[in-house]
Amino acid sequence: MSSDHDISSIQDHIRVYLIVFGALAVLTIVTVIASYLEISTSEGIFLALIIASMKASLVAAYFMHLISERNTIIWILLLTVVFFFVMLFLPLISYTDQVHI
Amino acid sequence: MEVPYIVKEREDTGLINSKLGIWVFLASEIMLFGGLFSAYIFLRLAAAPGEFAHWSAELSVPLATVNTLVLISSSVSMVMAWASLKLNDFPKYRMYMGITLLCALIFLVIKYFEYTGKFHHDIYPSSSTFMAIYFTLTGLHGIHIIGGMIVMLYFWLPVGSKMWDSQPEHFANRVEALGLYWHFVDLVWIFLFPVLYLL
Repeated sequence: MSSDHDISSIQDHIRVYLIVFGALAVLTIVTVIASYLEISTSEGIFLALIIASMKASLVAAYFMHLISERNTIIWILLLTVVFFFVMLFLPLISYTDQVHI
Repeated sequence: MEVPYIVKEREDTGLINSKLGIWVFLASEIMLFGGLFSAYIFLRLAAAPGEFAHWSAELSVPLATVNTLVLISSSVSMVMAWASLKLNDFPKYRMYMGITLLCALIFLVIKYFEYTGKFHHDIYPSSSTFMAIYFTLTGLHGIHIIGGMIVMLYFWLPVGSKMWDSQPEHFANRVEALGLYWHFVDLVWIFLFPVLYLL
């Protein structure tokens, strides 16, 4: 099914997968250690989300091959991310009820 | 009838239909979980100070850490299963897909012990706002794990994997689509873990 060129390229990929696996395991431990640091709640949330985003980026880029994916998919995902953040903060509108002008 | 463009890419999208299809499905999944994450944020903002942290302390960080490592391992074995097919090594594919299935099962068993541990202490979704969103988010995620396991089992057993003999590229593309779904399930957990257990 695969040519010699494909096979050597897949073998390179496998090396990258194992490195990413190691990085994800280390970052998981770092997340747990960071949660025990004596820092404020907002700093803790910021740190945890930064580490989670790093892990998610590694999974998406290498395991889901987004790093070398076609633009069609990249554009679909960018559009989704925009709508995701709009939806995430849509309930903020409810706070306008509490603004006394 | 044969579904078109499942082995050869379409000229306009540059993609096979199954890959485009699974990505559009995953985009809808981002919105599904996004809605619940949004609910979490606003429930937390509206809660009394320290309430979420108090209920979060009821959860087991060691069990969730192990589960995170189990799910990451399953993601690696899933991508290795796909790579094995690309290397024409079917026995290795079956081994890695079996490992992925096993990891998914371990995840669910640990989750079962977590849930029953809470029930034994009379902690239910109705106990607090935090527990309501905790059970909703992890329950929905658990359903996704079960869904993935059903498809994995089908592709692992001869009934689904016999396609490898007649249409190897088509089969590898099916496994790739399953892999994309599975990595997404892993990705959701990567955010659920700190948000529910650590903050």
